[in-house]
Amino acid sequence: MSEGIYLDNNATTMVAPEVVDTMLPFLTEQFGNPSSIHQFGNKVGHALKQARKQVQNLLGAEYESEIIFTSCGTESDSTAILSAIKSQPQRKEIITTVVEHPAILSVCEQLKKEGYTIHYLRVDKKGRLDMNKYERLLSDNVALVSVMWANNETGTLFPVTEMAEMANSAGVLFHTDAVQVIGKLPINLKETCIDMLSLSGHKLHAPKGVGALYLRRGVRFRPLLRGGHQERGRRAGTENSASIVALGKACEMAAESLAYEKTTVKALRDKLEHGILSQVSHCFVTGDPSNRLPHTTNIAFEYIEGEAILFLLNKLGIAASSGSACTSGSLEPSHVMKAMDIPFTAAHGSIRFSLSRYNTPEEIDKVIEAVPPIVAQLRKLSPYWSGTSPVEKEQAFAPSYA
Amino acid sequence: MWDYSEKVKEHFYNPHNAGAVEDANAVGEVGSLSCGDALLLTLKVEPETNTIIAAGFQTFGCTSAIASSSALTDIIKGMSLDQALTVSNQDIADYLDGLPPEKMHCSVMGREALQAAIANYRGEKWQNDHEEGALICKCFAVDAVMIEQTIRDNNLRTVEDVSNYTKAGGGCSSCHEGIEEILTKVLAEQGESFNPEAVAGEKPKPKPKLTNLQRIKLIEKLLEDIRPNLQRDRGDVELIEVNGKYIYLKMTGACAGCQMAATTLGGIQQHLVEGLGEFVRVLLPIEELQRRAAMRA
Repeated sequence: MSEGIYLDNNATTMVAPEVVDTMLPFLTEQFGNPSSIHQFGNKVGHALKQARKQVQNLLGAEYESEIIFTSCGTESDSTAILSAIKSQPQRKEIITTVVEHPAILSVCEQLKKEGYTIHYLRVDKKGRLDMNKYERLLSDNVALVSVMWANNETGTLFPVTEMAEMANSAGVLFHTDAVQVIGKLPINLKETCIDMLSLSGHKLHAPKGVGALYLRRGVRFRPLLRGGHQERGRRAGTENSASIVALGKACEMAAESLAYEKTTVKALRDKLEHGILSQVSHCFVTGDPSNRLPHTTNIAFEYIEGEAILFLLNKLGIAASSGSACTSGSLEPSHVMKAMDIPFTAAHGSIRFSLSRYNTPEEIDKVIEAVPPIVAQLRKLSPYWSGTSPVEKEQAFAPSYA
Repeated sequence: MWDYSEKVKEHFYNPHNAGAVEDANAVGEVGSLSCGDALLLTLKVEPETNTIIAAGFQTFGCTSAIASSSALTDIIKGMSLDQALTVSNQDIADYLDGLPPEKMHCSVMGREALQAAIANYRGEKWQNDHEEGALICKCFAVDAVMIEQTIRDNNLRTVEDVSNYTKAGGGCSSCHEGIEEILTKVLAEQGESFNPEAVAGEKPKPKPKLTNLQRIKLIEKLLEDIRPNLQRDRGDVELIEVNGKYIYLKMTGACAGCQMAATTLGGIQQHLVEGLGEFVRVLLPIEELQRRAAMRA
């Protein structure tokens, strides 16, 4: 592993060395086109079949033909949404949430301009949905419900299996963007009512540029890319065979380490969180701590700004990410923090630490040691802070806002 | 990914003048809710000379916001109030060896805090006229509010118009969809619809049209306005041909072969566009381009 402490695994993960070893032959001697009939293609074809099986096993899908390989999570998301509306042209509504990934929100925004009605489910201060509100929105006009399984910023889990059942009873298709969940929590799709699910390779130690869409057998489907017969005509284009083989291997390894994620990685995450919260005043965990991914913690440090924190962490070789406006390059704070109504002096100072099974207890100790002085250094510069506490209410800093 | 100069990092790691100045007699507080920056600037001004003898900052913000605050306080110490008011955002950015475009707003905050502090000292009320929207053009750091206002004020109709007036979209061009959306919105408010086929600068409201002769005379007159500037640098410009929106100029004297000719031409084009009230493109005649290419070879 390269130098430094990598706690930004919700952004992307290190490609597992075993995964690299598995994929390399498909960049060299195994170059054949899996569609070809000769020996060069045939071997690759068999490797893809095995990869499909490996993904199927991790997802608990009933049939291997329910797995469609794509180029990334975003492609899977777009395919799912656009297929749902094209295959049900009379239905003009979509239900989603305000905290989805841009891969969902941007597509919905575009569909809104094209005349669709988008219902955005709001969240409470802990990032939870109102299920009664959801139930009332389900109707024959809804083409698709798309709800993420776990939030990428806070790790908060949505009750997607229940929501899928409710959609199913109402005769509505259900899709979930599960890129953050796959390989972290055990799932068994054949026992759920989920119709479509997106996953991304690089979130579970496979390389970037490969993903998959789970499509329940029998669900009406319209491809995003038409062309050759690849993926049974549901996703045309010559297969990215090396990366698909890598995704298969990564899924196999993820299935084997699910227990480790739930115990050891979770314990490291909890240690990190307690270590920071017990030393630093005026900070808190965002989202729903009692119901979240085992490897993610998002801590809001009040009265300081996230980019500055990350910059100082980076100087020490520690990698994390932030919901602050300045890290996005868009001048907008995180829509997830805004949706949870986190005060802006805290939202801009929110830092996400996302671990993986490759992190060690020593690394976590170093981070626990590094964070308090960084927070103190920046609070010393903050107009909201004085000495060891926030500025008193009466003399509170109240700038004139633009 | 961070693209900060060494100077920015230096000022961030070891900021100058951090903390409030004791017995300050000028205080400026500004902030922008959307981008999460806030700055409290305290100054000590010597009343006899109106000179800033001490400056301190407290900043809630990112790396470049903190570095910009540090730079600002360095720059203004020892200045008279009037001098300090001439400090521009660009001065602050230059002092830091430049800021990434999306971080230029951090230097804006510094200047506003300074204006607010000086207003506070003089017993005036400071009006914050700076409004910030979502960043549309990342090449030139132009936000949605700025684009919207410029479209309204100048009756703009095309993406090319917007680029000419605000620079937005004049770089990599990937924000053209975003600009079209703003145009669609603003034009809809005026009961019109955005037409992607429209030609830049074409305005539907009737305008007295110049005859060719009048137009050429006006171009000559506009060039006369600029000529003294060029002559000061021992250069000059000559009108060669006018063909619709294309205006061919010949650069003479020191301007011929000057490395900065493109910038100069850009300035001349801007002046002609404003003076003529229509979009024109200023070009060098082919011979001129060939001669330049030969010189470079």
